[in-house]
Amino acid sequence: MTGDELISAAKNTWCPGCGNFAIQHALKDVLISMENEGFPLENIVIVTGIGQHGKIFDFMNLNGFYSLHGRTIPVATGIRLANPDLKVICLTGDGDSYAEGLDHLIFGAKRNLDVTVLVHDNRVYGLTTGQYTPTSPYGYRGRSTPGGVKEYPFNPLELMLSSGASFIARGYTHKRDQLKRLIREALVHKGFSFIDILQICATYNDMSRYYDARIFDWDETEAGDYNTAYGKAREWDYNNDARIGLGVMYRHTAPLFEDNYPVPERLSSAQKLAWVRKIMDERA
Amino acid sequence: MAEREVSVLIGGKAGDGISSAGQIIAHLLAQTGYRVHMYFDYPSLIKGGHNFAIIRAAEEGIGAVREQVDFILALNQETVNLHRHRLRERGVVIYDASTVKLAEGIGIPVKNILAAEEAPPVMGNSAIIGGFVRAAGLNWDASSGVLKKSMPKGTEKNLRVARRAYEASEERQQVPGTGKPVLPVLTGNEAISVGLVEADLEIYLSYPMSPTSNILHFLAGYADELRIRVIQPESEIAVILTALGCSYAGSRAVIGTSGGGFCLMTEALSLAGIAELPILVILGQRTGPSTGLATYSAQSDLHFALHAGQGEFPRLIIAPGDAGEARYWSRTGLDLAWKYQIPAIILSDRLICEGLYSVEPETGIRYAAGPVMADPAIHPYLRYAPADYGISPLRFPPAKGEIVRVNSHVHDTDGITTEDPLVTKEMADKRMKKMDRLALEIEGINSINTGGVTDAVIALLCWGSSKGVCEELGKKKGLRVIQPVVLWPFAEKAFAHAMDGVEQFYAVETNESGQLATLVSRFGYRPSGKILKYDGRPFMVEELEAELKKVIS
Ligand SMILES: Cc1ncc(C[n+]2csc(CCOP(=O)(O)OP(=O)(O)O)c2C)c(N)n1
Ligand code: SF4
Ligand SMILES: [Mg+2]
Repeated sequence: MTGDELISAAKNTWCPGCGNFAIQHALKDVLISMENEGFPLENIVIVTGIGQHGKIFDFMNLNGFYSLHGRTIPVATGIRLANPDLKVICLTGDGDSYAEGLDHLIFGAKRNLDVTVLVHDNRVYGLTTGQYTPTSPYGYRGRSTPGGVKEYPFNPLELMLSSGASFIARGYTHKRDQLKRLIREALVHKGFSFIDILQICATYNDMSRYYDARIFDWDETEAGDYNTAYGKAREWDYNNDARIGLGVMYRHTAPLFEDNYPVPERLSSAQKLAWVRKIMDERA
Repeated sequence: MAEREVSVLIGGKAGDGISSAGQIIAHLLAQTGYRVHMYFDYPSLIKGGHNFAIIRAAEEGIGAVREQVDFILALNQETVNLHRHRLRERGVVIYDASTVKLAEGIGIPVKNILAAEEAPPVMGNSAIIGGFVRAAGLNWDASSGVLKKSMPKGTEKNLRVARRAYEASEERQQVPGTGKPVLPVLTGNEAISVGLVEADLEIYLSYPMSPTSNILHFLAGYADELRIRVIQPESEIAVILTALGCSYAGSRAVIGTSGGGFCLMTEALSLAGIAELPILVILGQRTGPSTGLATYSAQSDLHFALHAGQGEFPRLIIAPGDAGEARYWSRTGLDLAWKYQIPAIILSDRLICEGLYSVEPETGIRYAAGPVMADPAIHPYLRYAPADYGISPLRFPPAKGEIVRVNSHVHDTDGITTEDPLVTKEMADKRMKKMDRLALEIEGINSINTGGVTDAVIALLCWGSSKGVCEELGKKKGLRVIQPVVLWPFAEKAFAHAMDGVEQFYAVETNESGQLATLVSRFGYRPSGKILKYDGRPFMVEELEAELKKVIS
C-alpha cells in the first residue's frame, strides 16, 4: 500500500492548521514503513473515541472500531482477547481518555495490556466547541468557563507512570519526525504504550508559540529507570511555565495481560457434551 | 399431605451454610424420585442475620414453594420463633438442642455429637440433616450416598456426625419414594451457564452483582476444563465494551449483571444496535429501584430492558420461567444474537438465578444456525452490505486485502460515518428488517407457553419466575396459563393463538404495575385484573390461591 492509499476517500473535516493532520500523517508513514518491512496492515485495528480525534477512523483505510466517547480501551481489550495477532491502536482525546474514560486508561496501564494509546491532547474539547478538559491550564477560558476554569490540570504522564504503563512518551504535533519515531517505538513495544501528544487545536486552543518556546528533547538513555522517569514527569505539571520535555520518558518490560488469557483451543462438541453430562450426573 | 409432596424449611444465621444444607436436602428428596424446588431467603449480609431455605418436593415438576411446611430444621431459636406458625398439623421441628431452648419436636444434641466426633461447628448442619433423614423415614444408605457426593471435604467425619444424629432422631413421617427417575437439580445460574457452554461461549465477562455473580463463579471454576475465559473487568461499562470488542473480532462473549449494572451498559447496548455487534446480556432482576433489596427478587425491569439505550434498534428479550427454560433459552439466545447480529437479553430474576429446580434431561441440540459469514472471494468486503433480511455477512479482522469497520455513528455500507439522509434511512430500515425477520422466526419456536388447563376460558398471564406458581394453581383451579417466554419481539400470532377462547385473564407478576400486562395491552389485550406482589419475596402457593379466590369465583 502507498501512503495515499492508506488515506481514505472520506472528506476531511478538520480545520486548516489542526494538529490532527500531523498525527494522521505520522501514523500513516509509520504504518507504511512497517508494511514495507513485512507487517501486514490487515492486522492493524484502530479504535477511536468520540471527538475531533475520532474522525481519524473515517480518514484511514484501516480496520477500525469507532467506539463511544471514552471507551477505546475496553474495546481494544476485547479485540486483543479475541485475537492477539491483531495490533490495536487506540486513538483517543484528552476529554475521551482523561475525563469520560479515565478508569479504562488506568486499568489498561495497570494490566499492561499490549496496545498503543495515542492521546490527541489538544487540552480542549474540540468537537463540542471549546470547553476545558482535565489537562487545560488553570484559568482556561472556554465556553463553559467564561471566567476561566478554577481547577488545576492533572499530569497524565505522572498518572500513567504510577498506574503501571510500560512505555510512556510525550510528543508534539509540530515535531513530526520525532512523533513518527515515538509512534513507531510505541508500536514495537510489547505492553501498554502510551503517548501524550501535545496537539495543536488551531481553533480553540492554539498553544503553538507557548510550546515552541519551551520544548526540549529528553535524554532517553535512562528511560528504564523509574525514579528518573518520575523526575521527568514532574518537571512540567501542565500548568507551570517550566520547560516541556519530549521523547520517551519511561520504558520497561513487564508481563502482558494477554499472557494470562491465551486463546485456548476450543473443546469439541463431544467434549462439551461430556462435560454437560458430568455436571448433570453430579447434580443428580 | 394432599398429594404426595413434602416441604422442609431450614433456618439459621447467615454464615451457617443454610444454602448448602438446603441444597443437600433438595438432593436427598430428589434422590427418592421427587421433583424439587428450593427458595433461599437471605439478607445481604455475610455473617449474622436470619437465613432460611424452603425446599419443596412433589411428584410433578414444581417451581413454587408453600407457606406451610412439614419439617422445620432449626439451627437456632430464631428459626423456631419466626417460622413455627408455618408448621402443618402433623409437622415436626428438628432442632439443635444445644442452642434451641424453646421447641417441641426432635432435639438433636448437636454439641455433644460434634464433641464426640471432634468435629468443627460447621458440621452442625450434617447433624441436623442426619436427624431429618431419620425423621422423614428416608433410607440411610441412599441418603449417605447423597451426603458423600455433596460433601467432598471431611466426608467421613460429616457422615459419622450425620449418622449419630440419625440414631438420636426418630421417624415421624414417612416420605415415600415416588418410583420416578431421578432428575438433576440445578440452580438457574448453573442452568444458564450450561446453556451458554452449549452455544459455544468463549468469553464470559462480569462485574460482580447479585443475583448473577454465581454464573461468574461457576464458569470461573470450570474455565480451564471448558477452555473458556472468564474475566472480571473494572466496571459494567468496561464489561460490555470489552465484549463488543470480542464480537467485532469474532469471539462469542456473554456478559452478566443486574439492573444497576445494566444501567451502566445501556449506552453500549445502543452501540451494539447500530454497529450490529452480537452480544448476549444475562440480566438478573432484583428488587429495585436503585440498590433496592440486593438479595431479593422482582420482575420490574421488563420495560427497562425493552427501552434501554438511546434510539431505535432491534433487540431480543427472553424471560425463561425456570432452570430448564433458562438452559434452553440461554443457548438459543446466544445463537440468535449471532444469527441476527443484535443485542439479546436473558431477563432472569433472583428467584430463578439462585433457586433450585429439577431439570428434565434434554439433548442440548441447538436451535439456530451459526452466523452468516461472507464469501472471502467477494471484494471489496462491506461490513454493512445490503443483504437478505438485512443480515450483512460477517468477516472478522484480519481479512486479507479487506477492511472491516464498525461504527457507532450512522454509517454507510463500508462503515464510514455519514450524515446523508437517504443512507440514514436505508440503514435504519436495514436494521429493522432484521427485527421483522426475527419476529417471524420467533412465532415458530415456542415463544409463548400455554399450560394449566389449556382450554379453560379464564387464564393467568405470567412470565419468568411467576410461571411455577401459576402453572401449579392453573392445573388445580382449572385455569389456563399463558407464559410468554420471548418478550421481544412479541410473538403476536402465537399469543393470539394462546389466548384463543379466553374470556378473562389475570396478570400475575412480582412488580408494582403489571409490566407484562402493559406490554400485552399494546396488542389490544386488557387483563380483567392484576395480582401483583412487590415485597421482594415470591408468591407462595397458598398466597396466590387466596388472591385468586378473591377475583375468580
Ligand atoms: C457520553 C457522551 N457524552 C458527551 C458526548 C459529547 N462529546 C463528544 S466529543 C466530546 C469531547 C471531546 O473532547 P476530546 O476527547 O478532547 O476530543 P477532541 O474533540 O478535543 O479531539 C464530548 C463531550 C458524547 N459524545 N458522549
Ligand atoms: S477544532 Fe481544533 S481539534 Fe478540532 S479540527 Fe479544528 S483545530 Fe482540530
Ligand atoms: Mg481534546
